Amino acid sequence: MPMSIFIDENICNGCKGLAEARCERICPGDLCYRKENMKAAIRDQSACWTCAACVKECPVQAIELRLPFQACSNGASLKARLKHDKTIWTVWYADGHQEEFIIQAKCLKGDR
Amino acid sequence: MSIIRIDTDILIIGGGAAGCFAAVEIHKKSPDCKVVIMEKAHIERSGCLAMGLNAINAYIHSGQTPESYVSYVEKQFVGIIRKDLVYGIAQGLNEAVRDVEKMGLPIDKNDDGTYKKRGERSIRIFGERLKPLLAEAVQKTPAQILNRVVATNFIYDGERVCGAFGYGVRNSTFYVVRAKAVIVATGGASGIYKPNNPGVARHLMWYCPWNVGTGYAMGIRIGAEMTSFENRFIALRVKDVHAPTGTIAVGAHSKQINARGEDYLERYYKHIGGNKCLTQHRLLATIEETKAGRGPCYLDTTTLSESDERRLKEDFLNMNPQIVLLWAGKGMNPRNKPVEIHGTEPFVVGGHCQAGYWIDKERNTTVKGLYAAGEVAGGAPKKYVSGSWVEARIATATALEDIKDVSLGDIDDSIIQIEKNRVLSPLNKKSGVSPLEMRERLQKIMDEYAGGISMNYVIHEERLLEARRLLKCLKERIKDMTAVNNYNLVEALECVDRIDVARVLVEHLIYRKETRWSCYQPRLDYPEKKDERWLVFVNSIYNPDTDEIKMVERPLCQ
Repeated sequence: MPMSIFIDENICNGCKGLAEARCERICPGDLCYRKENMKAAIRDQSACWTCAACVKECPVQAIELRLPFQACSNGASLKARLKHDKTIWTVWYADGHQEEFIIQAKCLKGDR
Repeated sequence: MSIIRIDTDILIIGGGAAGCFAAVEIHKKSPDCKVVIMEKAHIERSGCLAMGLNAINAYIHSGQTPESYVSYVEKQFVGIIRKDLVYGIAQGLNEAVRDVEKMGLPIDKNDDGTYKKRGERSIRIFGERLKPLLAEAVQKTPAQILNRVVATNFIYDGERVCGAFGYGVRNSTFYVVRAKAVIVATGGASGIYKPNNPGVARHLMWYCPWNVGTGYAMGIRIGAEMTSFENRFIALRVKDVHAPTGTIAVGAHSKQINARGEDYLERYYKHIGGNKCLTQHRLLATIEETKAGRGPCYLDTTTLSESDERRLKEDFLNMNPQIVLLWAGKGMNPRNKPVEIHGTEPFVVGGHCQAGYWIDKERNTTVKGLYAAGEVAGGAPKKYVSGSWVEARIATATALEDIKDVSLGDIDDSIIQIEKNRVLSPLNKKSGVSPLEMRERLQKIMDEYAGGISMNYVIHEERLLEARRLLKCLKERIKDMTAVNNYNLVEALECVDRIDVARVLVEHLIYRKETRWSCYQPRLDYPEKKDERWLVFVNSIYNPDTDEIKMVERPLCQ
């Protein structure tokens, strides 16, 4: 199963109401698009840089970052969500356990 | 096919680190100046900084000076750098960093508010959102941002650059942007050589795969003088995911060890300070150890404490999340197992090495009306992101001064038609060469005949001459390229640009008949460094009428 990003169609809401899905708007390689069923998809897994821009941008965390099988034969995945001045990462290990990181990503006006 | 015509004062091509900073800078200096940014992707997450950044590697700490910075860069590049350019950058580094901090970038600080020293010339940042922060600063200015518009060529009347053409992939529209001045601020070139990972993992690479040298190629095609393409950059990176090793070596003080656990940099470079050797030596020694049967080589992360390890993972999430994923997939922690390293494919860049436009101190290129900043500007290696900001500042000052007596040029409709037809021609063909076939052929030629990974990066005359011949043949097939949609068309245009860059690169590699930069430019037929002959810049000028690349030498300046 070649993977770079995995989009969970059960979670993806297609960013309905927007001219383009947020992942489609942001992908630096122009790889994401919205299918006719209004679910996001990636057009070419082999062109993905695994930069995680779409993972961070997705407001419902429908997108996971994974590695291509040739780089690692065990499954692991990574999700992120942006919360104000922090980015919160969750890493799922191959054995199922997870690790969370909360990292400052922006200085709010008062701190500058 | 509709055409959108836009007139502006200054056009910035490439909305990356340099391009965004330039737009903000112009607004600060001259609020009435009209600015357009032409950006291939979306400025909030495009180019090198799309993943984020965890350190700024060009910064002057207390006790150091611009002079000491120049000496350091000169030593790293074995005597060939443009000292005037590097000095100008060094003078502006700290101010530029402070400006970006004010945009909201979190920086690791001491209790007294000064930036914490990470390495001799670096500071630690929390730059996961560096690119969105730069974009936010641009979005506060009235600059017009053309996202998803791929620059295809400069508008050039033979004397002066008067704008640029672009193709909008979302609206299938051809853009004609006239400007009094154009600042080229695009990235370097990846995908010239066969990458480390094949097939579905082909883009699991260090450098941004959509930086394909378009800014170089556009300049080459109008005869702008280019410098030092032969100073390729080959990075020492974490195997498979190609995350930077500096985060571990500098950020976490880990040593390079071979399969036997020996600190091999100490063995090779004891005479020049062991682990304090040049950046290129770290790679060279790794290649030698592997050849000698003492590989794989690693960064020894087993000395890290639990909190060091957590900090390391945080740093990588800010810049290269896929390495954290790799460790999770392998079920390993770097504290328990050293991290394997190897060399990447060669890249053509002006931020780590010095390939790019030949410019003067004011960032004028050799073509009137065209200014260069950041990765595409040559002669000033190790400028990285902060140096790119400084160059953007200098280039905007020059451009603003220059446009005072300039009016917009007239563009003949026939020129627009010719460029539009060239750009769109792959869409109008039913069969032919696909962009994928074209890219793979280019990468194979470069890998095998111009010193790629499979050749351990080495080059010599006979193979390079074959590369020259094969690239010329390949260029003749560009007219047969096909594309089925806009995405595919961009891939086709990327091939055109990469081939132009590759041909110039090969001429530079042929011309420098010495080995100046050990593994970046290792010539089997001229293995020695010859200061008496080659302490010069190797430059090139392409002639679009004859399709010839003329090589010229320029002296070092003091």
